[in-house]
Amino acid sequence: MSVIWILVGFSVFVAVSFLFLFIWAVRNGQYDDKYTPSVRILFDDEKKNITTNQTSGNNVKGSVDYGNANDQVR
Amino acid sequence: MMRNAPEENIKNCFHCGAPSGEMPISHDGKVFCCNGCKAVYEILRGKQLYRYYDFGEHPGVTPSISTNAKFAFLDEPNVNKKLIDFSEDGIVVVSLRIPQMHCSSCIWLLENLHNLHKGIFYSRVDFLKKRLLIKFVENKISFRQVVELISSIGYEPELGLKESDSSHRTKVERSFYLKIGVAAFCFGNIMLFSLPEYLSSSTIDISSRTLFGYINLLLSFPVVFFSGMIFFISAINGLRSKAINIDVPIALGIAIVFLRSAVDVLLQTGPGYFDSLSGLVFFLLIGRLFQNKTYDNLNFERKYQAYFPLAVSVRRNGNDTTIPITLIRPGERMIIRNNEIVPADSVLMTGIANIDYSFVTGESKPSVKSVGDLIYAGGKHLGSVIQLEAIKEVSESEFIQLWNEFGAIDKIKSRLLTLSTTIGKYFTFGILLIALSTAFAWWLIDPGKILDSVTAILIIACPCALALAAPFVFGTTLRLFGKKGFYLKHSSVVEALSKTDMIVFDKTGTITHTERTSIRFNGNSLSKEQRIQVASLARSSTHPLSRSIYDCLQVRDISEVTNFEEVEAAGICARVGGAKVQLGSASFVGAKSPDNNIKQTSVYAAVDGNILGRFEFENVYRDRLEEVLGNLNTSHSISLLSGDDDGEREKLKEIFPNFSEMQFNQSPSDKLSYIKSLQSKNRNVIMIGDGLNDAGALWQSDVAIAVTEDVSSFSPACDGILNAYAFNDLDRFIRFASTAKLVVYWSFVISFIYNIIGLYFAMRGELSPILAAILMPLSSISVVIFSTFVTQYLAKRKGLL
Repeated sequence: MSVIWILVGFSVFVAVSFLFLFIWAVRNGQYDDKYTPSVRILFDDEKKNITTNQTSGNNVKGSVDYGNANDQVR
Repeated sequence: MMRNAPEENIKNCFHCGAPSGEMPISHDGKVFCCNGCKAVYEILRGKQLYRYYDFGEHPGVTPSISTNAKFAFLDEPNVNKKLIDFSEDGIVVVSLRIPQMHCSSCIWLLENLHNLHKGIFYSRVDFLKKRLLIKFVENKISFRQVVELISSIGYEPELGLKESDSSHRTKVERSFYLKIGVAAFCFGNIMLFSLPEYLSSSTIDISSRTLFGYINLLLSFPVVFFSGMIFFISAINGLRSKAINIDVPIALGIAIVFLRSAVDVLLQTGPGYFDSLSGLVFFLLIGRLFQNKTYDNLNFERKYQAYFPLAVSVRRNGNDTTIPITLIRPGERMIIRNNEIVPADSVLMTGIANIDYSFVTGESKPSVKSVGDLIYAGGKHLGSVIQLEAIKEVSESEFIQLWNEFGAIDKIKSRLLTLSTTIGKYFTFGILLIALSTAFAWWLIDPGKILDSVTAILIIACPCALALAAPFVFGTTLRLFGKKGFYLKHSSVVEALSKTDMIVFDKTGTITHTERTSIRFNGNSLSKEQRIQVASLARSSTHPLSRSIYDCLQVRDISEVTNFEEVEAAGICARVGGAKVQLGSASFVGAKSPDNNIKQTSVYAAVDGNILGRFEFENVYRDRLEEVLGNLNTSHSISLLSGDDDGEREKLKEIFPNFSEMQFNQSPSDKLSYIKSLQSKNRNVIMIGDGLNDAGALWQSDVAIAVTEDVSSFSPACDGILNAYAFNDLDRFIRFASTAKLVVYWSFVISFIYNIIGLYFAMRGELSPILAAILMPLSSISVVIFSTFVTQYLAKRKGLL
């Protein structure tokens, strides 16, 4: 029967870590805007421009970096 | 992927989708309705932001024509520090409200501002709040340039003084999510540790059962003292104001369950009711969440600051500077340009003012003022530059006083869910009575069972399901209304609506279209040349009537206008391509005065002294008005208040049902006292209006509804905002409120049935924890499902879905 003590301890630990993740997410503002992210995720990563610059080696990976946008897309 | 199919878009502007008219502007194989749209296209194309057009057809917004000086006040440090959120080491963070954003293209473009200017390195949209958060480097781009840049691509931000409540609301919302999350966490885990109790008791030894009991006790602490705290607070607040609201029996229930269970576990007399307790709190919180749905982008308590400019140009010692309007003192010399709003009551010093009070009175015809006249704050000046001397501070000004007087008191508090409060009162007394009589009965039979049975009664009778019925029914109704364009401030407004028996309508802008006046040309049909001449002249004036005429003529070939002359309150004339063109009153163009029985506004047009005819302006009533009024008349009495003269009385008589009262020439205070007099006759009044002149009446009424063409724009303090296009469904909305109330009553019946079953066991002292753990969530869930689905079903049947 003593194995149950270990299991209880472990399950409480796992559950509490998820609770803290949730608290962190709320504090972090992830629950403030519940709509825009659903649109944002559908934007394709920026491709090379349509008219100029055909060299594809320069294809910027994941350049829709909203947190740290920069001017690399030309 | 490119959409290179100009053929399919030949009629509509490539940028904004508006019809491009007779003379479209072609550029780059695309068609544009105006130069503004073309300019935006050029900017975006030049900066490789062409993909803007890939997310949807015609995503654009036509930029408003603005002069260079429009945002000059943003260069003033004491103005822009009021707008900027944060600034350090040359990096500025600012959050702007952009009402124009409407689609995913908007989000994409606004989040890619860094491609337009290197100074902006971060931009992020909150679509529902219509806010854009921008971070930029100050020495690369100034705040004014940022605003100008965004405006140039069609998203002119709404610059108003900070509404401080938005960050407060975020805080409240976050703590609410935390409460729900914690309750859910504890609920789940307590159920897990209660599982042995649900199963046969012999399989688990005593020591682990005690352990599980202690763990459950531990887990229930945050449920009661963190998540459940709002019910105690609300109950105490209720008791303080001498009202027993629904939270009183709930708080009582939570407290009793917790104490009884704690005692059970500590004395090892039983497993306690922790699972019921945490489930109860969790469901109640979900109900609160549902009930408190708000429309982030709408503001039901608009302060005048939202509408007024931030700053005004003043002349001090011969120098022009810009100061925030809060610093205006009596005697200040203000300079007001075309399309600017007069921020304080003042006297006109130079120039001729043409003041549009439509914001204040709802009346769209501007009034003309000459030197020495008093001009009230809130009027918009149309025409050339004028100088005013302030006679009052902004906050002392006439209309602002009126505004603040009515906006200050929060009406919603006083009537928060009155239905539940009434029920709560009777319920509490009923339960106490049952508990006492049970105690008395056990005292006669077996005193040892008193405590058991009494606490069990208070536990099982906790009106969780009862408390959930109203939030879910009214909350669902609020959402359904919102989808149809009728936005309520709070779900309790649905209940308030169901109690009304009288509707008072304002006229201008409420039952008439504000932007659509019908213009009829009465005269010989105009030749193309004449049309161009008249349109060119009309275009040169900022007067709303001229603009309407220009729009109605649909001419894009504009000839050059010389010798433009504007005679106030009479008309305009100018030379267009050698001909003298006049637009104005009958006497101005030299026409015969029309018969006196013509009440509508008309403008005469003449070329070289030849009278071509007259443009007649008429109010256009909303499409289904007569039908809406007819339907409402079965349940409500209807009356009409109008600030205008009774020129349209006969026409209105045909539309309004018989016996409806009509009052004309009503001042704001007349309207207010009219509502008061109705209420003294015990009528429950809905006031439907728009402008500030209705603010008093709106505030006084039991339910205030503001009708507006653009919901995110200005509207006075109200309980509900009705999008103008939804006016046709008004009768359905108001009638459905009563239906919703019926559904609440039915839900009450269901919850009572569960309560009676539970009470039967509780009174006999046989309420086992497992029975409570089944019965209580079951009653809550069935009430929630019933109320939500029945409301949806009925809405569908009544054509609201």
